[in-house]
Amino acid sequence: MSASKEKYTEAQYLEATEYEPKTGTGKIANYVDTRVGGTSIVREFGRKVFPDHWTFMFGEVALYSFIITVVSGAFLTFWFDPSMSTTRYSGSYAPLQGLEMSMAYATSLELSFDVRGGLFMRQLHHWGALMFVLAMSVHMIRVFFTGAFRKPRELNWVVGATLLVLGLAAGFTGYSLPDEVLSGNGLRIIDGMLKAIPVVGTYISFFLFGGEFPGNEVIPRLYALHIFVIPALILILIAVHLFLVVMHKHTQYPGPGRTQRNVVGYPVGPVYAAKAGGFFFIVLGVLSLLAGTFQINALWNYGPYDPSPVQAGTQPDWYIGWFDGVLRIMPGFIGNIPLEFVLPTPWGGNSIATPVLVPMIPITLLLLGVFVWPWLENWITGDKREHHLLDRPRNAPTRTAFGVAMVVWYLVMWGAASSDLMATHFALSLNDVIYWLRAAFFLGPIIAYLLTKRICLALQRKDREIALHGHEAGVIEVSADGEFHEQHKLPNEHELWTLVSYEAPAPSGPRPNAKGKITAVEKVRARLNRIWFEDRVEPVSREEYLEVLGHHGESPAGLEAAQSREAITSGASSDNR
Amino acid sequence: MAEHGNGDSTAVVKAGDGASEGYAIDNPGLPPHRPRLADVDEKAAKRSERQVAALFFISIIGTVMFFVGYFAVARMDQFDDYFEGMSALRVQNTLIGVGTALAMLGIGLGIVHWAKTLMPDHEVTEDRKPLRTEEDRAEAEKIVTEVVDETQIKRRPLLRNTMIAAALLAPLPAVVLFRDLDRTGDFGVERMRHSLWDEGVRLVRDPTGTPIRAADLTIGSAMHVIPENLREVSGHGDRLAEKAKAVVLLMRLNPDDLHAPTPGRENWSYDGIIACSKVCTHVGCPVALYERHTHHLLCPCHQSTFDASEEFKVTFGPAGRPLPQLPITVDDEGFLIARSDFTEPVGPTYWERGHTDPEGDFPA
Repeated sequence: MSASKEKYTEAQYLEATEYEPKTGTGKIANYVDTRVGGTSIVREFGRKVFPDHWTFMFGEVALYSFIITVVSGAFLTFWFDPSMSTTRYSGSYAPLQGLEMSMAYATSLELSFDVRGGLFMRQLHHWGALMFVLAMSVHMIRVFFTGAFRKPRELNWVVGATLLVLGLAAGFTGYSLPDEVLSGNGLRIIDGMLKAIPVVGTYISFFLFGGEFPGNEVIPRLYALHIFVIPALILILIAVHLFLVVMHKHTQYPGPGRTQRNVVGYPVGPVYAAKAGGFFFIVLGVLSLLAGTFQINALWNYGPYDPSPVQAGTQPDWYIGWFDGVLRIMPGFIGNIPLEFVLPTPWGGNSIATPVLVPMIPITLLLLGVFVWPWLENWITGDKREHHLLDRPRNAPTRTAFGVAMVVWYLVMWGAASSDLMATHFALSLNDVIYWLRAAFFLGPIIAYLLTKRICLALQRKDREIALHGHEAGVIEVSADGEFHEQHKLPNEHELWTLVSYEAPAPSGPRPNAKGKITAVEKVRARLNRIWFEDRVEPVSREEYLEVLGHHGESPAGLEAAQSREAITSGASSDNR
Repeated sequence: MAEHGNGDSTAVVKAGDGASEGYAIDNPGLPPHRPRLADVDEKAAKRSERQVAALFFISIIGTVMFFVGYFAVARMDQFDDYFEGMSALRVQNTLIGVGTALAMLGIGLGIVHWAKTLMPDHEVTEDRKPLRTEEDRAEAEKIVTEVVDETQIKRRPLLRNTMIAAALLAPLPAVVLFRDLDRTGDFGVERMRHSLWDEGVRLVRDPTGTPIRAADLTIGSAMHVIPENLREVSGHGDRLAEKAKAVVLLMRLNPDDLHAPTPGRENWSYDGIIACSKVCTHVGCPVALYERHTHHLLCPCHQSTFDASEEFKVTFGPAGRPLPQLPITVDDEGFLIARSDFTEPVGPTYWERGHTDPEGDFPA
């Protein structure tokens, strides 16, 4: 590894020391550059191109919400005392004065009532956290439906999925800190779920609470996780996530002029930076508006945590909803047969809390499915190529249908967390609501899959129709022999390209391995592959297109585009995009 | 209408950048740029400029509004009447929130409007760099091979094996260190079987601690009670932990409505008065709702429903076991007392729950 050839010339070294900057910007740049070498970064990123589309902003919302949550959270730490030692409340909220409560709750009240702007910052922190998880979820859905997780971005998808799980953890640890009745009951449910875990569950519960629930330990422990461990992990993973985005360059939607090998968009400076920077203020503005006008977690209404009271109709933070909902729709008994049982073991038997464990199955499946999806999909489709152009969701009908099915599955579980409110608000029987939710849990995803797949195929057919026969022009013609028909206007080449540039390969069938054998696993893959591709609408082929042009006796799209280009330069464009 | 095209234009892999081949037409390239109003009309550009400036001005007003909210509204502790204090807080929070929102939205919308109407909107094309070049890969592989060779790890398996063994063992202390997260020191799982209830312990009201006579309860009423000895437990956390096992719901039914008790439970109730653990057997929420007419108990968290007249059996919802019943009677002075502790662990199911108790309190 000897440096046999010289990489830099003498002149280059001299250039660096002898350079005399002339402009003000040049002087600053040179000062920084001779110390940290910053100009190469500006050179690299100053005009870097980012594709622009409104669906690309969800990730941004997530990032900005996280920053806002961290900053508002830091503000809260200056007053909040995460201690379970008791005090007698003497702050300005009269109804609780004189009550024994933990320091955690007392300081949460102090933040709300006796620190000016404290309530605003607490609500900003809470709304920011809700928005953070929401934006991450929507961002993930966007990435899924457009196929942006495909090679080379699989690992970044996993980083993103981990961030989502960490976001849930951050949210829940924070939710529990004020130590009032509402969050205490949330912890109680967590404790019940932990204890249901076979073999180690009781120990995990004892480790978390430092003994029996609720004990003296849990708030400071959650606090350490909430303000240090989890945010640190999130920060590191966000850095990795963004680094990979820059390295891969952003994906782009298919369209005229866009290929797998280029990026079309606005340069960072000035347009993209201005839009993204401005957008931070918009997110902060919207969250401030929420924090200033919509009360969230009015924790003075609940009183200090006590294991005996609970409010009816309470709801968890939205992202915890699906955990709670799936617990609600699981029956404890089928008929008169209890699902919970004691497993006979040589040392006297162990309890299996089936009604708590079974609901963890769909949750685990869904989370696990998110993590392995990129590999599962490319195993089924056999598509191991790089993809920088996104799929229009309709052009990947099976993926889109499956995704919608999973979203519906999630939403059924999520909605079930409000089963009691549905019953009271719509004057329904609570039991009936649960029965319907149980049915929806099984049937919802299936119906969603079938419907979505048909809708996607129908949209693809509509694309074909437009590509081959054009848009209805709104002009009715009468032929010489009295026949009425509507004129159609063929799309221009730019629109046409978007309609026809996709792939819909046929099912590939089982492929023998190196030894010439078709394994059982390969048969499964081939089956899934057939399900994946068998219903398909092929893009318009060149032959079809030329044939149709012949029929219509029209000029090919290229010529039409030339005409429309003329129209634009004369400032009288009519084709609205 | 042609549904499906000819079947063999469907090769899985398309070579190249997919720019054109295989598609109906060639990639036509970027659509022509369409100038915005502000690009061609200086008056429109001026208008945009004024709009952006107006948005920035709104931001300034927002910041002023924040200060008004912060300084002009009195703090809550300066009011004698707490309702007035709450109203003041509400006003302050709204002014601070809306002020900040205007300040931020003014800047944000201003900048974005500026970018969209006045900054150049020409789309630019940039090539993607291949993620991996063959030259880099070969060089990196060579470096790694050389580095590994220089360590001699392949030639000296003793080094390698002992290092792996050491590396596998070394993290274990980091795990063991967390052992004392459990502050009971003995994992006190057995303690989960016992509560403060015992023979003769009075049922008292929460939080006053006053004992209860059978006559205090009318038919159809229900109350939530705690053991009298709970107040003797010192320490907030310990008291809550004991309370979390000992909270009891006491209710009085028409004795005719009670189903015949299972053998061994004949004297667990007193003249239609029955008591059960308030902790749900599902995941531990307080079973707080009682419906007099149906004598159903409902847990507000996950809607498990228990029938008080049939020894709290589950009639609906996710709970897998009835609520444990507390055997009660009255003492000489006529106050309600417990006959014994619960005869099974209260609260959610845990792994060791089904164990035969070493003291023989709970049959397997």
